[in-house]
Amino acid sequence: MIAPTPGIAPAAPPPIEVRDLTMAYGERVIQRDLNFTIAAGSICAIMGGSGCGKSTLMRHLIGLEAPAKGRVLLQGQDLWATPDREREALLRRFGVMFQLGALWSSLTLIENVLLPLGEYTDLSPADARAVARFKLALTGLEGFEDYYPSEISGGMVKRAALARAMALDPEILFIDEPSAGLDPISSRRLDDLILELRDSLGTTVVIVTHELPSVFAIADDALFLDNQTRTLIAQGSPRDLAHSDNPAVRAFMNREAP
Amino acid sequence: MTGGAARGRRFFYARTCHYAGIAHNRCLVFLLRRNVTDPPLPPPRFAIDARPGGARLALGGAWRRDQARPAPAAIVQAARSALPGGGTLEVDGSALGPWDGTLPALLRELADALAPSIVLDLAALPAGAARLVALAGASVPPDKRTPPPDNFFRRIGQSTLDRLADGREFLRYLGEIILALGAFLGGRARMRRNDFWWVVQEVGPQAFPIVTLISLLVGLILAYMGAQQLAMFGAQIYIADLVGIGMVREIAALMTGIVVAGRSGAAFAAQLGTMQVNQEIDAFRTWGIPPVEFLVLPRLLALVVMMPLLTLYAGLVGVLGGALVALTIFDIGAFEYYHQTLAALTLTHMAVGLFKGTLYGSLVALAGCVRGLQCGRSAQAVGEATTSAVVTSILFIVVAASLTTIVFQKLGI
Repeated sequence: MIAPTPGIAPAAPPPIEVRDLTMAYGERVIQRDLNFTIAAGSICAIMGGSGCGKSTLMRHLIGLEAPAKGRVLLQGQDLWATPDREREALLRRFGVMFQLGALWSSLTLIENVLLPLGEYTDLSPADARAVARFKLALTGLEGFEDYYPSEISGGMVKRAALARAMALDPEILFIDEPSAGLDPISSRRLDDLILELRDSLGTTVVIVTHELPSVFAIADDALFLDNQTRTLIAQGSPRDLAHSDNPAVRAFMNREAP
Repeated sequence: MTGGAARGRRFFYARTCHYAGIAHNRCLVFLLRRNVTDPPLPPPRFAIDARPGGARLALGGAWRRDQARPAPAAIVQAARSALPGGGTLEVDGSALGPWDGTLPALLRELADALAPSIVLDLAALPAGAARLVALAGASVPPDKRTPPPDNFFRRIGQSTLDRLADGREFLRYLGEIILALGAFLGGRARMRRNDFWWVVQEVGPQAFPIVTLISLLVGLILAYMGAQQLAMFGAQIYIADLVGIGMVREIAALMTGIVVAGRSGAAFAAQLGTMQVNQEIDAFRTWGIPPVEFLVLPRLLALVVMMPLLTLYAGLVGVLGGALVALTIFDIGAFEYYHQTLAALTLTHMAVGLFKGTLYGSLVALAGCVRGLQCGRSAQAVGEATTSAVVTSILFIVVAASLTTIVFQKLGI
């Protein structure tokens, strides 16, 4: 087995650092003045009511959207201020699992995992295949390597998407709504899998979710985006947020009507 | 229980009718009609009377969606005249018959219309109706967004800006595609060979039947129309020149281009658009794999490879179509026609035709793929992308056809 990565040297920059980030589509501001840091090896949940900009924040963190203002630093590097070559190297160090899975529909499951491996590693085809099979087996999809995404169930698509996100052993894993549309048991198994990955590989995990049971089960840090004030109103462990001074946060975390 | 009772009653009627010798269906009609017109409901009504410190709105009868009701404006007016200086309007539902969701909706509308001088008091309503009104809450108008004035000039300006933005985006994708082609020529493009062969299969062999049909018919038409005019001068033999040069140099490429725009251009836009909706394109970007290299290159290259073949084939079929007309209707000998065609066609005509075909094919691939990549995130957007891909392809083809014809004319090719 691979030994857990020893603690990162104190000088290392935090995996994710956001400074004065304002997100907007044209004139419409989604969230403003976000400032936060996510610690290495933590599982951080981005929470907030529907439509508050959780997924948009994730799209900014992974470089799909450019900030209207402010900076997003991944391991100390600004995605929007690095030359293309370094940017690609940086992109390779994180994995993304999209809300709908976003598996490439013209490729089989194993080809989906193999594509990044083929692009970015020098593994021989046979070795790459073995790695891809292993990643699929980790998510419980052994035997489904040659299925196309349209031939498997929604829960399996999500697990395959997680296997693909882990293809290059990312240092940061971004997961958008892992349990949306899953039954409680599949959702629980996905949570266990994420926890296991963090514990064994030391991956930093950022999850966009509003599934409270899942947040309390796995997250050790949480960001709360507010719909009304359009900014970050709380950060802390889910348990602390449940006793927050802010009534909106407390109500959300305890599933009460405000 | 009621079902059983009804069944029993029906049985009783049927028996009675039977014994009385009345036709069964008559009994049924009678029973059905009875059921529809059950007990007549009292029509909805309202009355407002002023009383010290306010007024009372008494609602009576059935307030249901199947009943003709007084207009809300009439109630508002009556309430205003009863309470000219404002105050509390107590709503009394003691005489209220059956009601449904339209009643709370009406009350909320009244409350909005009468606010702020007149306040509704719903305490004397049936509890359910009052609760529903409370659940809907006071209507809070969302942040007033004053829409910009909508007039002719604004719309012209807006659509001009949209076109400009669209053009800029198109150029950006064109640039990306040229860079990707550069990467391909340098052997660095990230593209799967399988994808290329798959697209080749889709755009080439699969298009043969429709290309055959259209070229044959166009060849027939060309020969028939031309021959009628040429026959006036006794120059029918020149049908061979007309059809041969016309098909091979211009029309084969044009027709193939339009067929491919409808088949492959639309397919490319729909494929890439659906991938955009599924976030598959985003997934490429987050892996640092340019979607243009991975998705657009195989499609563009496949059309560049297949279009000359399709064009050549279309030209051949068109000439055959022309020959069919010449041989059967205008009595020209097959050997004669063959020789005349060979004499008329030069290698230049062939080369011009193939060049045009390849150009149109590239334009179709470009339009189809860019429209697909520009697609929004809904099913509606995929439809729009597909339509727009075909329209853009045909526009490009026609403009390119005119430009190349003029340029070749000037150059004397």
